[in-house]
Amino acid sequence: MSLPFKLPQQLPDFTLPAPLAKLGDRLPQLPPTLALVTGLNLGLGRLIPREPLEPLIGKRFLIRVTDAGMSMRFAYGARGFRPVFDSAPPDLTISARARDFIALLAREEDPDTLFFNRRLLMQGDTDLGLLVKNTLDGVDLPRFDPSRLTLSELLHRLRARLATSPGAV
Amino acid sequence: MASSFELVCPAGGLPALKTAVDHGADCVYTGFRDETNARNFTGLNFDDKSLKEGIAYAHQRGVKVLIALNTFPQSGNWPQWTAAVDKAAAFGVDAIILADAGLMEYAHRTHPQLRLHLSVQGSATNYEAINFYRERFNIQRAVLPRVLSMAQVEHVVKNTPVEIEVFGFGGLCVMVEGRCALSGYATGMSPNSYGACSPGKVVRYEETPTGMETRLNGILVDRFAKDERAGYPTLCKGRFEVDDATYYAIEEPASLNTLELLPDLLRIGIRAIKIEGRQRSPAYVGQVTKVWRAAMDAVKRDPDHFTIHPVWMTELNKISEGQSATLGAYNRPWK
Repeated sequence: MSLPFKLPQQLPDFTLPAPLAKLGDRLPQLPPTLALVTGLNLGLGRLIPREPLEPLIGKRFLIRVTDAGMSMRFAYGARGFRPVFDSAPPDLTISARARDFIALLAREEDPDTLFFNRRLLMQGDTDLGLLVKNTLDGVDLPRFDPSRLTLSELLHRLRARLATSPGAV
Repeated sequence: MASSFELVCPAGGLPALKTAVDHGADCVYTGFRDETNARNFTGLNFDDKSLKEGIAYAHQRGVKVLIALNTFPQSGNWPQWTAAVDKAAAFGVDAIILADAGLMEYAHRTHPQLRLHLSVQGSATNYEAINFYRERFNIQRAVLPRVLSMAQVEHVVKNTPVEIEVFGFGGLCVMVEGRCALSGYATGMSPNSYGACSPGKVVRYEETPTGMETRLNGILVDRFAKDERAGYPTLCKGRFEVDDATYYAIEEPASLNTLELLPDLLRIGIRAIKIEGRQRSPAYVGQVTKVWRAAMDAVKRDPDHFTIHPVWMTELNKISEGQSATLGAYNRPWK
């Protein structure tokens, strides 16, 4: 997936300061989890196809942003992604630093490269991880084109959307 | 002597295909989403819609699309493979890459206009074998297994009218392609018939106090100390205890990188250089295609004064498997 803004040519290598991991660990995990599942649900059926994700139904995931002390637990069901609050073991845990998650989302880094370098760890059901990785890699995103962000272009798109919105999903 | 060679890049999905095309691939090779190809990993490969779009995208830009149908059908599932050949022909791909002689016979008989490439999985290491496939099934190109020295590759090229394609970059294994039974031994699934070596459903990674453990169907394949580079979870690259010593009992994970051989490969008449890695992401495809395009253009411009740009090696080393890059079997000065 790509980000809605332009990243520098190459994301610099950084690790968040160590105290942040300790602090983050003590903060409520719900806000970042909610933000993550909301983002995923927005993409579902639009950018991310639902059909290949069917094997994920009923599965639990844990995303650990190690240098931010963040642990986001969520599950996937017929209605999409939702946060989970119990401590039942996840089916798949993916751990990496914030920088590497961003680079993966921006398609700047290859997950296998990060794995070889021990910067990405996948524990649990590896096949679920492959499914997620390959499904996201298969998402053909529209290119970022600054010319589409001019005021007249945005107004044109807004008008087009309003004209077709009733009943549209 | 050929004056040119093609850059053949991997694509496990539509974004990777477009990335390869945009970064200068001459050909992109792909597969269907099933066991008819040797990268049958969960969620990878092309459904009909993405393949159609991918072919249109590539063809509009003058880039060829190849489909790998390089696994070996069994008596009970033969129709699935012939249907895949028919489908590839109907899609208008530029060639199909086959390993099984029966399937070659079918493709040659049913679609005489369809260009056939002999897959590395066909394991043809000498010109007699390649010429046999040419004579019987009219194959147009053969991909050589990564077991031949440069002198042996040249010997093959000189003795066959078939175009020769070699691997230029990517992960290495024991290179008994089309015949390796290691994954099948440990998991019951091998690249030859199932289409995947060490499929994800039998792979487990676990962080332990002594390091990250990789298990294949319960078998401990390796344990990586903190910050030690990891490799793919295959038996051939595992470390095992043999006579009280623990080491890479079969071989060390390494990546092939033949940039420095480019002038020789061009000189001896190699027609195409293949990049390994359909299982990798669009980011890898972009990085590796960009470097190889630049290098191949440089060597074509002036083969006598070709030098490797240090940035190319840095880029390629970053994305490689294992601790080292190697010239593999090409570099056997005694041969």
